[in-house]
Amino acid sequence: MPQKSIRQALNEALAQEMRRDPTVVVIGEDVAGGAATEGQRDAYGGVLGVTKGLIGEFGEARVIDTPITESAIMGAAAGAAVTGLRPVAELMFSDFFGVCFDQIFNQAAKFRYMFGGKAKTPLVIRTMIGAGRSAAAQHSQSPYHIFTSVPGLKCVVPSNAYDAKGLLIRAIRDDDPVVFCEHKLMYDLRAEVPDEPYTIPFGEANIVRDGDEVTVIALSRMVHYAGEAIDTLAKEGIECELIDPRTTSPLDEDTILESVERTGRLVIVDEATPRCSIATDIAALVADKAFAALKAPVRRVTAPHTPVPFAPGLEKLYIPSPERIAAAIRDVHGYAG
Amino acid sequence: MSAAVTAITMPKWGLTMTEGTVVGWLKQQGQRFAEGEEILEIETPKITNVVEASSAGSLRRIVAPAGTTLPVGGLLAVVAADEVPEAEIDAFVAGFAVPEPSAVAESEAVGARPQNVEVAGRRLRYLELGEGSGAPVLLVHGFGADLNTWMFTQPAMSATRRTVALDLPGHGGSAKEVGAGDPEGLTDAVNGAVSALGIERLHLVGHSMGGAIAALVALRQPERVASLTLIASVGLGPEINASFIDGFVRASRRRDAAEVLGFLVDDPALVSRSMVEDVLRYKRLDGVTTALTKIAEAWFAGGRQSLDLTGRISALTMPVQLIWGRNDRIIPAAHAEAVATHLPVHILDAAGHLPHMEKAGEVNRLISQLIGG
Repeated sequence: MPQKSIRQALNEALAQEMRRDPTVVVIGEDVAGGAATEGQRDAYGGVLGVTKGLIGEFGEARVIDTPITESAIMGAAAGAAVTGLRPVAELMFSDFFGVCFDQIFNQAAKFRYMFGGKAKTPLVIRTMIGAGRSAAAQHSQSPYHIFTSVPGLKCVVPSNAYDAKGLLIRAIRDDDPVVFCEHKLMYDLRAEVPDEPYTIPFGEANIVRDGDEVTVIALSRMVHYAGEAIDTLAKEGIECELIDPRTTSPLDEDTILESVERTGRLVIVDEATPRCSIATDIAALVADKAFAALKAPVRRVTAPHTPVPFAPGLEKLYIPSPERIAAAIRDVHGYAG
Repeated sequence: MSAAVTAITMPKWGLTMTEGTVVGWLKQQGQRFAEGEEILEIETPKITNVVEASSAGSLRRIVAPAGTTLPVGGLLAVVAADEVPEAEIDAFVAGFAVPEPSAVAESEAVGARPQNVEVAGRRLRYLELGEGSGAPVLLVHGFGADLNTWMFTQPAMSATRRTVALDLPGHGGSAKEVGAGDPEGLTDAVNGAVSALGIERLHLVGHSMGGAIAALVALRQPERVASLTLIASVGLGPEINASFIDGFVRASRRRDAAEVLGFLVDDPALVSRSMVEDVLRYKRLDGVTTALTKIAEAWFAGGRQSLDLTGRISALTMPVQLIWGRNDRIIPAAHAEAVATHLPVHILDAAGHLPHMEKAGEVNRLISQLIGG
């Protein structure tokens, strides 16, 4: 089966859905590049090339370059969704959600409810998350926990190219607004991806590794760091189960609880800040519904409660590392009450 | 003049296997064994299976003890007659060239990659292995499966002849458009693939629904078919496990898929998480649920088999055999027993609906015996 990067997988998902369904449109800053100028058409295809080539096949009416105004992008997309299109709107950096959050949080997320179920809002918001490029405090955050906390929004956090394609197609076909979070350091990560279109259901975690001693839950790029830590620990004889929830809303609670009931030990790895986060949410879930199974305190490996530092050395310390994850797993594994 | 010293090496089961782990040895170092005896057990992320002796000998040296992980082609043990001196065994081990992982990957890139053939405007995927002057072997999988079901069968058959394993329409890497999905339509597709691949005369091996399709190919053009092996075949009685068919068509999540796949085998431990994941990856492809629904309606409407080939199969003049697992929970072994008076029937103990995977060595021997050489 062909190996494809996350960038290619997302591009293929968009192109296949746009071919299948003429109501699918792409809208955002530089999604084509060079609009309204004399310069090169299709110059960018998004700042990281995910939408490259779409304007050539689908034209300006379906690949819409906008001015730099997130509030207009999200407002137009939410309105288009509720009136019959399936827009895929790009919020270049998730850090910018603040300026357009009324359109997302108070409008798109509420339409179905406010109209008594008579309206649907098939809107996808593709957005970039993650630290690690020295892009500083305003371009490096991972605020998926904020989207997850809003009833009416769904939230997807893929960790590999296979999941990215299947989850994006699933998001486009969904009748509710979905925030799709792409980690900016993973676009070149490759995996086997079928050429044919396919969908992965929301709320079904992926069990990345089987193990009976410690449950490790990780999201997005942290799935790979957790995998490195687990490789190290396997050599020490500690067998971990690695779970990637893939979607934080809906969350596959059953897979998490079943695993913790078997292992009794849990480490959660989350690149976001720790207060009111997914890590904290899952810790609460387990404390509430699997308390009797726990043999050790639940450990969270997260960023500190600070802005993301610009200085590369500090930024490296900010992001959970395989070493910190391994240390937390060892602690939990060795805990004897 | 010393007798031959031979190696037992890590087998390659299926398209994606690159390494395997020794679960345990079923023979001790120094022990003698006959051809076909079980020597050791190997585990991959997908499946656990035994390695059988390809010829009689003595297990002179276990190189890879239980727990060892080796790449495909890596040295597991040395086999030789008892009179071969220890020094010669040492020299064999020392001189054994471990295949480079990159070399294995490269040979795969050239030879063992599935290809596509266009039949009536529709893409069909197939895997071709082996060559030889005899009639090729065509392997036809069952409902919901794909060419990977032959991961233990095809490598064994390909040692001496050309083999082709096909993905039926709606399955594996083939196009998901199945038309009516009925027996005639699927048989047309298989016939079309055989012609497109330039195969004149062939040996047919079919499993479950693929058994019925193989039988239909043989009934249409008996002069082309050198032999017919039907494994747990559809078409020999009305019963079919409707819970399996419905459950398989519906399953979209891991838990449901694992439950229905358990029906397939005698020992549910054979159903690995990776096997479940492969099924889900197939089922998530656009068009698969529609294709499987159509096929299920055309073949198994109302939870009964609609195709009855019992009378017609007995009239075939080429060598025919039936192979079944005694504990088959999809199609009862009683279907084979009912025709045992006029057809050779082999019922294998401790096997379910996948005897070609659960009892691969025995099934391979039976097929080889029927097709000869």
